[in-house]
Amino acid sequence: MDEESLLLSLELASGSGQGLSPDRRASLLTSLMLVKRDYRFDRVLFWGRILSLVADYYIAQGLSEDQLSPRKTLYSLNCMEWSLLPPATEEMEMQTSVVKGRFMGDPSHEYEHTELQKVNEGEKVFEEEVVVQIKEETRLVSIIDQIDKAVAVIPRGALFKTPFGPIRVNRTFEGLSSSEAKKLSSYFHFREPVELKNKTLLEKADLDPSLDFMDSLEHDIPKGSWSIQMERGNTLVVLRSLLWPGLTFYHAPRTKNYGYIYVGTGEKNIDLPFML
Amino acid sequence: MGDLPPDPEPPPQPTSSRRNSQVSERRRSREHSRPQPTVPGEVQQVPLDAQILRSSREMVSNQINRGWSQGASLTPNENFIFQAEEAQRGGIEYPSLNTGFPSEVQPQTYPSEGRLQASHNASLMLQQLQQGKGNLFQQLESAYQEPRADLLGQYTRYQREDLQFSQGTQHGPYLRDDPVLQFSPSELGFMPFNVEVPEPDPRELAVQNAKAYLLQTSVNCDLSLYEHLVNLLTKILNQRPEDPLFLLESLNRTTQWEWFHPKLDTLRDDPEMQTTYEMAERHKALFSQSGGGEGEQEMEEEVAETAVPNIMEKAFYFEQAGVGLSSDESFRIFLALKQLVEQWPIHTCRFWGKILGLRRSYLVAEVEFREGEEEVEEEEVEEVMEGGEVMEAHGEEEGEEGEEDEEKVTDVIPKPTWKPPPVVPKEESRNGTNKYLYFVCNEPGQPWVRLPHVTPIQIVQARKIKKFFTGFLDAPVISYPPFPGNEANYLRAQIARISAATHISPLGFYQFGEEEGDEEEEGGAGRDSYEENPDFEGIPVLELVDSMANWVHHTQHILPQGRCTWVNPLQKTEEEEELGEEEEKADEGIEEVEQEVGPPLLTPLSEDAGSLRTSTSAGATSTVLRISTRPCQPLFSKSTPAARRSWR
Repeated sequence: MDEESLLLSLELASGSGQGLSPDRRASLLTSLMLVKRDYRFDRVLFWGRILSLVADYYIAQGLSEDQLSPRKTLYSLNCMEWSLLPPATEEMEMQTSVVKGRFMGDPSHEYEHTELQKVNEGEKVFEEEVVVQIKEETRLVSIIDQIDKAVAVIPRGALFKTPFGPIRVNRTFEGLSSSEAKKLSSYFHFREPVELKNKTLLEKADLDPSLDFMDSLEHDIPKGSWSIQMERGNTLVVLRSLLWPGLTFYHAPRTKNYGYIYVGTGEKNIDLPFML
Repeated sequence: MGDLPPDPEPPPQPTSSRRNSQVSERRRSREHSRPQPTVPGEVQQVPLDAQILRSSREMVSNQINRGWSQGASLTPNENFIFQAEEAQRGGIEYPSLNTGFPSEVQPQTYPSEGRLQASHNASLMLQQLQQGKGNLFQQLESAYQEPRADLLGQYTRYQREDLQFSQGTQHGPYLRDDPVLQFSPSELGFMPFNVEVPEPDPRELAVQNAKAYLLQTSVNCDLSLYEHLVNLLTKILNQRPEDPLFLLESLNRTTQWEWFHPKLDTLRDDPEMQTTYEMAERHKALFSQSGGGEGEQEMEEEVAETAVPNIMEKAFYFEQAGVGLSSDESFRIFLALKQLVEQWPIHTCRFWGKILGLRRSYLVAEVEFREGEEEVEEEEVEEVMEGGEVMEAHGEEEGEEGEEDEEKVTDVIPKPTWKPPPVVPKEESRNGTNKYLYFVCNEPGQPWVRLPHVTPIQIVQARKIKKFFTGFLDAPVISYPPFPGNEANYLRAQIARISAATHISPLGFYQFGEEEGDEEEEGGAGRDSYEENPDFEGIPVLELVDSMANWVHHTQHILPQGRCTWVNPLQKTEEEEELGEEEEKADEGIEEVEQEVGPPLLTPLSEDAGSLRTSTSAGATSTVLRISTRPCQPLFSKSTPAARRSWR
């Protein structure tokens, strides 16, 4: 959610039950402003909170002018001091895929994972047990990246593509209408498009190239991995991801308010197909 | 208007109107500078216009060809348009035009309308004037040269050409080569057009082309770029926003949008917002009810203990911990609970929490009825149950008879020795898992629905499956192993499990009652009631955070059987023993069922199964006055532990 409208956004996203305590909110307001100044970000988003055993991680992301360029991620344990996280790589993702369970809460904590590795000693091949140590920071980075790629949501029309390439925030976005807001096709993944090129020409003909340049949520697998609800007496549409439980996207139709926040344990819901 | 004289070569109507408007546009631009230099020029212009207008009016009414060329006829209208625009631009006084004019003159205020009307009028006049005489030119020319005497020289060429040019514009550059146009009317035997048409200036030609292009209507709609720009500029000029360049894009979009979405009639409601308004009405009813209730209480001054809890206070504490719904949502829940208390005979009531569902969510309230109030409801439920059992008994008997018949005819088919496991009876109301009653609703303002009591088999099955809630109580729960019941039962089972596992309080807050029965009599299950400790002094926050032994469960643990107090299922087979002896023998083969024992009430959390770190965590918020504990076990069904704690 945008740091500029933080209080309103937290209020609107509170339907999921998890939010922020007043002291955290107050500290976020000041610290995010300073982060914006120090790192020269164009926009700062409060990404959310990862619940861990000892202390929670508060995550923020900074964007530059081009909205789809890689975002910088920062984390903090007390909402005041923010540290930059390294960008995520595929290697990190592979490493952390073996780690299960909750986050510890200590960024320097190391998970130990024993692997059987084949070691060549001359002509003999041994299988040795190697203990691989994975830092919690790495795990944090990769989880945030996965969540972003999988479930970060933006409504259609909020960003538009200029003819020169960069993606800009659409200042004239007045919100989706009530009927559009209930359809999954009006929401896009906030990431580089992956499936767009697989569309048939017939489908592409109906798209507006300046607005429809990202993947829509409609074709997510498994089908039904999004729960879309109206709250607050029909004035707020809330999307909740079932794949990463804890991600809430809200939008008030016909207004400019929208945003998403993740408050959860950072664990993917592998049982999703069975639970539907 | 009467019969229009037939045109030998009638120009196509729309193009003529367009071209007339082109002309009017040109005239506008040309005449823009006309009144600027001197006021006397304007004054001079006015009587001239009056003349022209009057004459044109007469001509129109009488349908006599007075020899006014189209150019002349166009001029007064154009003047109107032009001066109307001028007035809009906030410059020149419009009423100056009115002074010299007869009342017939209708000033046209809106430029586009005026332009269209003017072009329409002009086209009509055009048709009527097809047969104007050439000599009238000279009259007109002389008339025109008067005001132009004091104008700048650059306009001189327009003097001669304007009339002729106006005729030429209706045909555009394409008919330039028409020999008819090259000659003056007097040289031709007949006069299809009454004006000479010289070659249009290339610059003017370019302007015409540009304007024709702008006036093209788009394929999708009837709006042409020209009209849209006119609308946009008019809007900007009317509203005069600050920094219009910055807002240009948004204004562009809104103008376009408004063209296709005219504002709805005030008598009609917006159909999209209908459901929203209905919900708002329902919420309003919630507020008005509560308002009435409060008024009555104040009047009566009864010190009645309302069963409704202080939701706002609890919400405040939860907010400190970072958990909970927003404050207005909490207030609405408070009002809804008040409504619930009024409807049912409730002794205590508590907001249990919110369970998120796929399509709708559930708000759950935990209540206890007053003594003796519950029985009416329970009887109905029991009747249904008994009916079900009778059906099952019939089914069994029929099955046995069928098998006996077959015995005589063919080989003995071995009877299956499998007997369905005996049904563990559910607990009584106010005991164990059914200690409290639960009401649910989807949103505050909607009626509260009561959940049925939970049976042990439902709890056992609920432990094995993991499903999302849809939000509809009568939805089936399709799972494997199959769940006996619908979503209402599943919801109730999950509520029971959550309550039993996570309701905790600080050590010493509750204590056991003074009357202690024999442990043996109660089946070794321990005490099942507690009461508040009046001497509780509170434990320092740091101690609460550090050690889990300072927290205790105050709900009964649910045994693997699905109940809180153990019941030997075999003892209940007294009814079945009457049916036949075979079953008794079968019973002997079954292993003796062991009595299940669970941890007694008020067991500290440190005794919880699983490593402490992963089962519960405690942390202090930075205000240090409050601490929060959070269960770390993965909770099924996306339930949020909002407001489920019962510590103070």
